Amino acid sequence: MQIDINQARSYYRQMLLIRRFEEKCMELYSHEFIRGFLHLYIGEEAIAVGVMDAAGAEDAVIATYREHGHALARGIPAKAIMAELLGKVEGCSRGRGGSMHFFDAKTRFYGGLAIVAGGLPLAVGMALADKRMKRDRVTVCFFGEGAVAEGEFHESLNLAALWELPILFVCENNRYAMGTALECSESEQNIAKKASAYNISASQVDGMDVFAVAASAKDAIAQIKKDGYPVFIECLTYRFRAHSMFDAELYRDKTEVEQWKQKDPLIVLKNKLETAAPGSQLGEDTLEKEVASVIEEAVAFAKNGTLEEIADLEKFVYSTEVRQ
Amino acid sequence: MSETITYREAVRAAIREAMEHDERVFLMGEDVGKYGGSYAVSKGLLKQFGGERIIDTPLSESGFTGAGIGAALNGMRPIVEIMTVNFSLLALDQIVNTAATMLYMSGGQFNVPLVIRMATGGGNQLGSQHSHSLEGWYAHVPGLKILTPATVQDAYDMLHLALKDPDPVLIFEHALLYNSKGELDREIAPLEIGKASVRRPGKDISIITYGISLFKSLEAAEILSKEGIEAEVIDLRSLRPLDDATIMASVSKTHRVLIVDEGWKSGSISAEIMARINEQAFYELDAPMQRVCSAEVPFPYANHLEQAALPQVEKIVAAGHKLMEEL
Repeated sequence: MQIDINQARSYYRQMLLIRRFEEKCMELYSHEFIRGFLHLYIGEEAIAVGVMDAAGAEDAVIATYREHGHALARGIPAKAIMAELLGKVEGCSRGRGGSMHFFDAKTRFYGGLAIVAGGLPLAVGMALADKRMKRDRVTVCFFGEGAVAEGEFHESLNLAALWELPILFVCENNRYAMGTALECSESEQNIAKKASAYNISASQVDGMDVFAVAASAKDAIAQIKKDGYPVFIECLTYRFRAHSMFDAELYRDKTEVEQWKQKDPLIVLKNKLETAAPGSQLGEDTLEKEVASVIEEAVAFAKNGTLEEIADLEKFVYSTEVRQ
Repeated sequence: MSETITYREAVRAAIREAMEHDERVFLMGEDVGKYGGSYAVSKGLLKQFGGERIIDTPLSESGFTGAGIGAALNGMRPIVEIMTVNFSLLALDQIVNTAATMLYMSGGQFNVPLVIRMATGGGNQLGSQHSHSLEGWYAHVPGLKILTPATVQDAYDMLHLALKDPDPVLIFEHALLYNSKGELDREIAPLEIGKASVRRPGKDISIITYGISLFKSLEAAEILSKEGIEAEVIDLRSLRPLDDATIMASVSKTHRVLIVDEGWKSGSISAEIMARINEQAFYELDAPMQRVCSAEVPFPYANHLEQAALPQVEKIVAAGHKLMEEL
């Protein structure tokens, strides 16, 4: 396998940014700058980075409540994300959304949705509109394996296939729906197989390998743009941290976590690069410094941000209240 | 120029005109195409507009309602038809958690110009899973607008108003109104969303109602009038927003309030109206407010039982008498 060093560096930098950003979030949470629910993406970075590399600016993205990584990889500025987490007007949702509800019209980022599987029907409608208006766009829809147990998952896959809609379904299978293991919740644990049952082209990919994810997503998007049918990718991954800040992790073994950490996407990338091009230098120290300064700047920006006027509490319940 | 048509024809005419004028408008729901709509509202539209714009869906209320939201977010003006309000509960997640919240939680970035129509109400002997009036529930939710057209004119106007609105609008069409006939004038400017209409002026009692109960209330008002009691009948038209100004103006004139609603009493829109009158016009009241609502039962099948459960003209007249007994 050939690896372009600049490509590898770019992936590494993006994954590192997500990793360090999430670590900073944890710290800010413990100091009570961030409140509410906080779901960290640590361990799963290769998926968002790989898929976003495949998605074009014209495509739409729908993600879940564990979407910090997706937002960063999509190009929403770290400053706007951090400001959102601190509940400031400068945040990407003006402080109305918080950790679980990032939105950004500029990058066509439609959430940040916190009802499991709730984003899938939206993807169906977005793609239906694109098809009707003959726009050459794909809707990329992320969800966890927990969503598979919801009716909306099955309704949406059926509709997408029945109506032949341009959707890339990306299942982030991190093995646990909160604390419930896949084997405790699904009679058939191969999720790609379920998608196949709806006549959707589906495959499993190593979600810890950014190159594999990117290649798979690029193929999928090219295929979708060519024939208009949906494609389904199941990314096998693992969440290194707890589900949220309120999780004692009673449901899994520490050894299991340690085993998966051997497959850390940052390590996998480095190993792959070493095999493909021995001796090539990523420049990790420089990247660490770059990333650290982006995060530092984001935190300063967020801390200096403004709190929305309480007088504006009811603004945006209806569009009539939107001041142009 | 006005014409006499049915409520069903009025809704259909509005959908047809909207689709002719705006390429972004489409209709989606169970059996809206080949079947012609379970209440025959969309009959003939498939032939005129084709399957790309009159879309038959599988029985996936949550899926296709959510798809309506997605399409609305992506530049379309979808009309989602849900067969009955009871089935809409399968789409409650999408309506309440997504359609109603998107604009707010995105900090004003993403509005949802979606219209959802559904049949509501009892009286057809359809039993406990097809007969309820749950529009009041939806009126609880900020971010939604709740319309309840009673007249043929409103059935037509409200669809147009809803499609012009940038936010999610739910239209509740009482199933027994589809065959009712009335005047439609396509030229007059529609009364905007959130405005109630005084359908009958009166000085003694304010009857506040909406939907099919409007006609029962008007009939009761005629009976009361023969006894010398002049009831003012207010058609709310919209349950969210509620037209407080029209309600309070009437209460200030009559000082007696009767609310007629096919929903249940507990935790209801009728209770909300009473609460607002208490808050805003308590000292105007000369008598305790009265309500005629549906009995607190899941709807029964047997005709006599169902009729006993529903608001009826006699019950409204009796409540009017009771109101006038108070000094």
